[in-house]
Amino acid sequence: MNILETIGVAPFMIVSSILFTIGLVGIFATKKNLITILMSIELMLLAANLNLIAFSSAYSNITGQIMVMFSLTIAAAESAIGLAIITVYHRNRHSIEVRKTTMMKG
Amino acid sequence: MTPIILFYLFATIMLLSALMVIFAKNPVHSALFLILTFCNAAGLFLLAGAEFLAILLVAIYAGAVMVLFLFVVMTMQTNLVQLKQGLRHHALLGVATAFVLVIELSIASMTWHNNLSIISTQTGQLPSLSNTQMLGLLIYTHYIFLFQISGLILLVAIVGAIVLTLRKRSENRRQDIDKQHQRNPSETLELRSIELHKGTNALGGFIRPKKSYFETAQNNSFGPKPGDKTDIHEQRTKTDHST
Repeated sequence: MNILETIGVAPFMIVSSILFTIGLVGIFATKKNLITILMSIELMLLAANLNLIAFSSAYSNITGQIMVMFSLTIAAAESAIGLAIITVYHRNRHSIEVRKTTMMKG
Repeated sequence: MTPIILFYLFATIMLLSALMVIFAKNPVHSALFLILTFCNAAGLFLLAGAEFLAILLVAIYAGAVMVLFLFVVMTMQTNLVQLKQGLRHHALLGVATAFVLVIELSIASMTWHNNLSIISTQTGQLPSLSNTQMLGLLIYTHYIFLFQISGLILLVAIVGAIVLTLRKRSENRRQDIDKQHQRNPSETLELRSIELHKGTNALGGFIRPKKSYFETAQNNSFGPKPGDKTDIHEQRTKTDHST
């Protein structure tokens, strides 16, 4: 019935680790716009959620799914704030390139 | 056998579309590929037995967050061709790090094993309840504070997004609530009796109550300029004398 009983947790973990790594590559290997970086953060959060759900289903413990609900809430709030910041940045600088975001020389 | 095939199908499509999110030239395309990624992840959630979260993922992400992303992407009039000039010069280092990371994570995943059957019999869940019922039973009892804190975080996100993007331009028409509450009905409303077969234009028309209007209007906003400031009563007596 449950797929976790037949194939185990390991394929879920491998898939989510690959997804996490794709998100990581999207953050620091592209010099495109800031919106791609936000999407990469969403991918990494999705990988974490996938792991949580796989373990929750493997252990028959519903707490992991509740944590996924909260992390979905946090991710929605984070993307809303991030898009607001990008909008303000684009309004001020007329560009959302990553290369030009060195105004503060941090 | 069918769930295993479905698992690999969903996982393959999810990973390929995640790669397309990263490497698509157009940000609109990458947002659309992110929707595809989330839909396939919802399929994986369904296979793992989390039906409510699969619906939640499709409804929230593909429905709300991605629409927000697409809205912001399409609002920005950036030169999309200019943005795509290739990868960074740290790209090789990044890809090497990612390769090492994915190899390490995969090795850790494959060598990780635990006896799942023992634990699942120890903490067995109630089989008669559905997934949504169990979530609801826990989230309003054990996790009520986390639930309320996440509501507060959403409130902070709403307020923060509004505060960040609110632009105070001088030509906007805005309200001053205190001034509007202090308006008097006698100087904002005008009651006239209109004769038969004559419109209000024959009587001189309605005169805008400009005194209170200028009191409530912001500086430099649209509308009548301060030069044509007239009181309602003197304007009315002037038109009455003329007729």
